[in-house]
Amino acid sequence: MTSVTMTVNGKSVTGDVEGRTLLVQFLREGQRLTGTHVGCDTSQCGACTVHVNGKMVKACTMFALEAEGAEVATIEGMANADGSLGVIQAAFQEHHGLQCGFCTPGMVMAASSLLAANSKPSEAEIRDHLEGNICRCTGYHNIVKSIQAAADQLG
Amino acid sequence: MYELDFERRSSVAEAVAALASEDATALGGGQTLIPTMKMRLAGPSKLVSLAGIAEMQGVSLSGRALSIGGSTTHADVAAGASGYPALATLADNIGDPAVRNRGTIGGSVANNDTSADYPAAVLASGATVNTNNRSIAADDYFQGMFDTALDDGEIITSVDFPIPDAACYLKFEQPASRFALVGVMVAKYGGDVRVAVTGASENGVYRWSEAEAALSANFDASAVDGLSADASDMISDLHGTSEYRANLVKVLTARTVAAC
Amino acid sequence: MAKVNGIGESPKRREDTRFLTGLGQYTDDITLPGQAYACFLRSDIAHGRIKSIDTSAAEHMPGVLAIFTGEDFVDVGGNPAGWLINNRDGTPMKEPKRPVLAHGKVRHVGDAYGAVIAETFAQAQEAAEAIDAEIEELDAIIDMAAALANSDNRVHDEIDDNCCFDWGWIEDNREATDAAIKAAPHVTTLDLVNNRLIPNAMEGRASIGDYDPGTDHYTLTTTSQNPHLTRLLIAAFVMSIPENKLTIIGPDIGGGFGSKIYHYGEEALVLAASKKLGRPVKWTATRSESFLADAHGRDHETTIELACENDGTFIAFRTSTRANVGAYLSNFSTATPTFLHGTMLAGNYAVPNTYVNLKTVFTNTAPVDAYRGAGRPEMTYSIERVIDKAARELGIDPLEIRRKNFIKPEQFPFTTASGLEYDSGNYHALTDKLEEIADLAGFAARKADSESRGKLRGIGISTYVESCGLAPANLVGILGSRVGFYDAATVRVNATGNISVMVGSHSHGQGHETVFPQIVADMLGMNADDIDIVHGDTSKIPFGMGTYGSRSMAVCGSAIVKATDKIIAKATKIAAHMMEASEADVIFEDGNFNVTGTDKSTAFAAVAFKAYVPHDYPHDVLEPGLEETAFYDPANFTYPSGAYACEVEVDPDTGKVTVCSFAAADDVGNVINPMIVEGQIHGGLGQGIGQALVEQCVYDENGQLLTGSYMDYTMPRADDVPFFNVDQTCLTPCTHNPLGAKGCGEAGAIGSPPTVVNAVVDALSDLGVTHIDMPVSPSRVWSAIQAAK
Repeated sequence: MTSVTMTVNGKSVTGDVEGRTLLVQFLREGQRLTGTHVGCDTSQCGACTVHVNGKMVKACTMFALEAEGAEVATIEGMANADGSLGVIQAAFQEHHGLQCGFCTPGMVMAASSLLAANSKPSEAEIRDHLEGNICRCTGYHNIVKSIQAAADQLG
Repeated sequence: MYELDFERRSSVAEAVAALASEDATALGGGQTLIPTMKMRLAGPSKLVSLAGIAEMQGVSLSGRALSIGGSTTHADVAAGASGYPALATLADNIGDPAVRNRGTIGGSVANNDTSADYPAAVLASGATVNTNNRSIAADDYFQGMFDTALDDGEIITSVDFPIPDAACYLKFEQPASRFALVGVMVAKYGGDVRVAVTGASENGVYRWSEAEAALSANFDASAVDGLSADASDMISDLHGTSEYRANLVKVLTARTVAAC
Repeated sequence: MAKVNGIGESPKRREDTRFLTGLGQYTDDITLPGQAYACFLRSDIAHGRIKSIDTSAAEHMPGVLAIFTGEDFVDVGGNPAGWLINNRDGTPMKEPKRPVLAHGKVRHVGDAYGAVIAETFAQAQEAAEAIDAEIEELDAIIDMAAALANSDNRVHDEIDDNCCFDWGWIEDNREATDAAIKAAPHVTTLDLVNNRLIPNAMEGRASIGDYDPGTDHYTLTTTSQNPHLTRLLIAAFVMSIPENKLTIIGPDIGGGFGSKIYHYGEEALVLAASKKLGRPVKWTATRSESFLADAHGRDHETTIELACENDGTFIAFRTSTRANVGAYLSNFSTATPTFLHGTMLAGNYAVPNTYVNLKTVFTNTAPVDAYRGAGRPEMTYSIERVIDKAARELGIDPLEIRRKNFIKPEQFPFTTASGLEYDSGNYHALTDKLEEIADLAGFAARKADSESRGKLRGIGISTYVESCGLAPANLVGILGSRVGFYDAATVRVNATGNISVMVGSHSHGQGHETVFPQIVADMLGMNADDIDIVHGDTSKIPFGMGTYGSRSMAVCGSAIVKATDKIIAKATKIAAHMMEASEADVIFEDGNFNVTGTDKSTAFAAVAFKAYVPHDYPHDVLEPGLEETAFYDPANFTYPSGAYACEVEVDPDTGKVTVCSFAAADDVGNVINPMIVEGQIHGGLGQGIGQALVEQCVYDENGQLLTGSYMDYTMPRADDVPFFNVDQTCLTPCTHNPLGAKGCGEAGAIGSPPTVVNAVVDALSDLGVTHIDMPVSPSRVWSAIQAAK
C-alpha cells in the first residue's frame, strides 16, 4: 500500500492505495464519492468522467497514484456553495437531460469541460465533444439541448 | 487487474533505470495500456510513469521542424502544434476529449496500434523518433502490427516532424471504437509526396507507393483515379472486408489531397 | 387548495436532483458492513461437457471464503420460462430449466459454472482463475437453420432438434391465408434478419445478498426492473425460500431496457453465499460480463410475404420466422416472439388474412429475451419493409399504399386478422400530421441539394401499431402465461395530509417519482410536491409486476387511480361525519368536501387528520386511518401507434449513412407529463436508429462473441442522431383504462428501424438496391452499391 494525497472537490484527502488502484476506485470506495460511475472496462462510456487539474479524464483509466497532488473535481462538487444546482446541473433538470441518471455525472462533467473551453459551442461541437460519453436511454436530444441552454446562461 | 508496483520518475535517465528490471513497463497516458491490464491481457509487475518527466513535455517549433516531447498529450499537441496544422487537427481527433487529455504521442507511437492515427503522421512526415539512446527514421521504425524498432525498456523521448508544404489527414472511423477503420495522411515536401495509411493493413501503417508516385507527378485528387489499393494484405473483419478497406484507402487519399 | 402539477403538466423531475449531484444510490454504490465479493467462473467455450472442476488450489488462496459449483445447486429448482407455448400440433413446448450454475454442460461463452466468494473482488478473481476445470469441447451450435436440421448436435441433450416450439398463429387461419396468397395477383416476398442486439444498460447488473440468521430473512438488493417477479421466481421455483422470508430491493437502477426484467442465477448465488457465510455478498458485473451474460434481444430470421391486388389493396400477410432463444429460456423469451410479435402481423391494416409460423431455436449463445419493444419491433420491421418493397414494385406511393389499407378511424374497436381487438386509433390523422411536420413536400428540393454535394438522399416512411400495457390476466392466462400482469398501488394519506404512494412498477429512467404524483395531485386537488412515490422494495409495496412493455402508466397508473378513488370514497364518509351531512350530499371538488346546497366545506387535509385522530368517530361505520390499496388488471392491451419519416444521406463512395432528420407523430393515448413522454420517444428513437444503423451482436461459428466490448459493439452516440421532430397532438385515448393512457416507452424503438432502412433503400433505389439487412453499416451499403453496379 502507498499513501496518496490529492484535493477532491476542494478538500485535501489522503488514502492508502495499491499500485493498481484506479482513481475511480479511490473515489468510490476510498472516499465514498459514488456519484462517479463505472459503465465499462474499455474506457469508452464516460460514466466515470471527472476533472483532474481542470481537464476531463476517465477516472477508470488512470491510477490513483497518478493523481498524487492533483486537483480532482467530481459531480459531488458541482453544486453551488448553498447546495443549489449549478448552472449546468440545473439546465439538465430543466431540459430533461437525464433519464436513468447513470451516465449523468459523466455528462455534466463533460459539459462543464466543454463550456470552460468553448463558451458558445455549436450543436456539432457539442455532439463531437460527447463522443466518449454514452447515454443508453438514449437522451442525446435533450442532453444537447441542456448543454446549449447552459451555454446561453453562462454567456 | 494484477497487482503491480507503480513508480513515477522525473528524468529520462531515472525512468530508463527503473525500466531495466524484469517485467517493467513504461506508462504514458495509459489509455490503451490500462484497459488492457483491466482485461488481464497484460500484467506488468512494475509500471514506470513518464508523466512527470519535464524534458519529455511540450511542442517546440524550430524553423521547418516541429519537435514533440514523448509525454505530450494529444490535447497539448492539438493546442500547441499550430506550426503543423494537419498534425494539430489529427491530434484533436484522436479518441475522445478525455482520452486526448491523458494519451500521449510517445505512448501511441510506441504501441503502434494498427488503427492508431499518429503512426500515419509519423510515417507520412518522414518523422524521426528519438529515444533515450538513438534516433530512428520513421521508415525504419514501424515493423508491423504492434511491432516497432524499439527495444525493451527504450523510451520515446520525442518525435521530430519536418513540416510539409501541404498535408492533411482524414480517417474513416470504425463505428464502435472510433479508431481509424482507415486513415490516410498525405504530406507534400517540394516535389515529393508521401502517403501513409493506417487501419487498413494486417501489417500496420504503410506507405502507398503507387499513390506517392502518382501524386508526386501530379498533386491533384484526380491523380489517384486510375489506381487501386491492393486488398490482399488488408484487414477483413465485421466492420469491413479487405475490399471495402482498399476502397476507403483510395477514396480517402483523393479526399485528403483535395483538402490539402 | 388547488391542484399543482396535475395531469398534463410538465413539472421538472424530482429524481433528477439526486442524480445530478451524485447522490443516486445504485446497487454498486451500496456497501454493507462485512460485505464479501463474488466472482463468477465463466465458460470461455460455447459448448462443452464438464468433466471435472478442481477447486482445491483456489480454496487455499488468500481471502477466499467459499467456492460454489453447479453441484451445490443440483437439489434446488431451476429458473423457468414465464410462458408455456404450445406447438402447432397442440403439444407443449420443451422447457429445460436453467440451473443457478451450469451443471453437466456449459452452453454458451459466459455461462457461469462456478463462483468464488472472497474478502475482496481481486482475491475472488484471482482464485477463480486458479480453478482447474476440465471441459470437453463440443461443436458449437450457432446457426439457427443448421441447429434445427442437425439432430446429433444438441444444446440440451434431451431436445433432439434444438427446437423449443413450432408455433402457428392463428393456426386455424393457415389454410385460408395460404389459399389467398396463392390466388393473389401480386405477391411481394422479402427475406430479412432482425439483428441481434445487446441491451447495454449503462449500469451493469449487480446484486447483494444479505441473509439475517436472527430472523431467517433474506434480502436481495439487485438491479431489477421487476422486484416482485424476482421474489416469486426465487421463492417458488429456484430456491424455495418462503416468500415472506425474502425481500427484494431494486434501488436506483441505471437503465434496463428489458435486460433487468428477468431473474438471473447470480441473484440466487449471492443469496446462497450470504446464508453460507453469514455475511453480505456482493457481485457487480464488469461490462465484459454484461456482454456475455445479460439476456440479448431480437435475433430473428424471417421470410415475409405480402399478397395484394394490383391496386395495392392488401389480401394477406404470411411470415415464417426462426427466433433465437439462446442456450436457456430466459423468463419472457417464449412470450416475446409469440404474443408480443406474432399477434401483431396485421399491423395498422384491415388485411383479411394473416398467418405466422415461428420456430424458436436453442443455440450456444447467450439467452435472448425482451429488449425495448420486444417482438413488436421485429414484426413492425417485417411488415413495414415488405410494404415498402410492394409499393415500389407496384409503383404506388409508400404513404398512399398504407393509407389505402389502414383500419379507418370509424372502424375502432377493430378486431384484426391476427386476433387482437384494437380499442382506438387514428392512423390517417397521424400520417396527415407526419406529412406536415416532416415537410414531405419539400423532399425533392432537399434531394437535389444533396445530389449537388455528391450525396444520395432518401426518405423513409413507416407506421406502426404496437400492443403494450401488459397485460390482461385472463387473456395471457389463456395464452400460456404463468403469471398475471396486473399491477398494484397503495395510497397512504398521512395524518398531516401528505401522501406516500407505494407502486408496483419500478422507475429506472421513466420518471415515475415525478409523474405518478401528478395523477394523485390531480384527483385530490393537491400539490404534487406533497406526494411521494415508494417503489422497488417488496417489503413496502403490496405487489407489482414491474416495469416493461410500456405498462407503467396504463397499468400501474390505473391502479393508482383506483386506490385514489377508494381514498376519496372513504374520505367522503369521514367528511360527511365531520359536517354532519349525508354522505350522498357530500361532493369532493378541488380538494374540498362540500355539502350540496350549503356553504359547509372541509378541506381534504382536515379529513386526513380526522382519520388518524378519530376522537369522535362512529366506529361502527368507520375505521380509523386513510390508506387504500388497489390492484388493477387491464381489460385489454393498449395500442399506441405512430407515423414516422426519416431522411438520410448516403455517401456513395464510403457507404456512410447520415440521418439528416427524423419526424415522429405518435399516438400514445392521454399524456400525463408531456416532457417525460417526449423524452421516452426520443430514447426509443435513439435505440431504434442504433439498431438500424450501427448495433449488431455477432458470434463466430465457434460461438465466440466477436462484439464483446464497446470496441466492436457500436453504441449510438450523440453525433449519430439528429435533433428529433416529435409530435403528440393526434391522440386517441385508450378506451379501457381510467387514464386513457397507452404507453410511450417502446414506441420509438418499434417504429424507427424500418423507417431508417426504408430511407436508405430509397436513397439507393435508383441503383437497383431493394434491401440491406440491419445494421445498415457503411461496409454493407458500399457492398450493396457495388453488387448493384
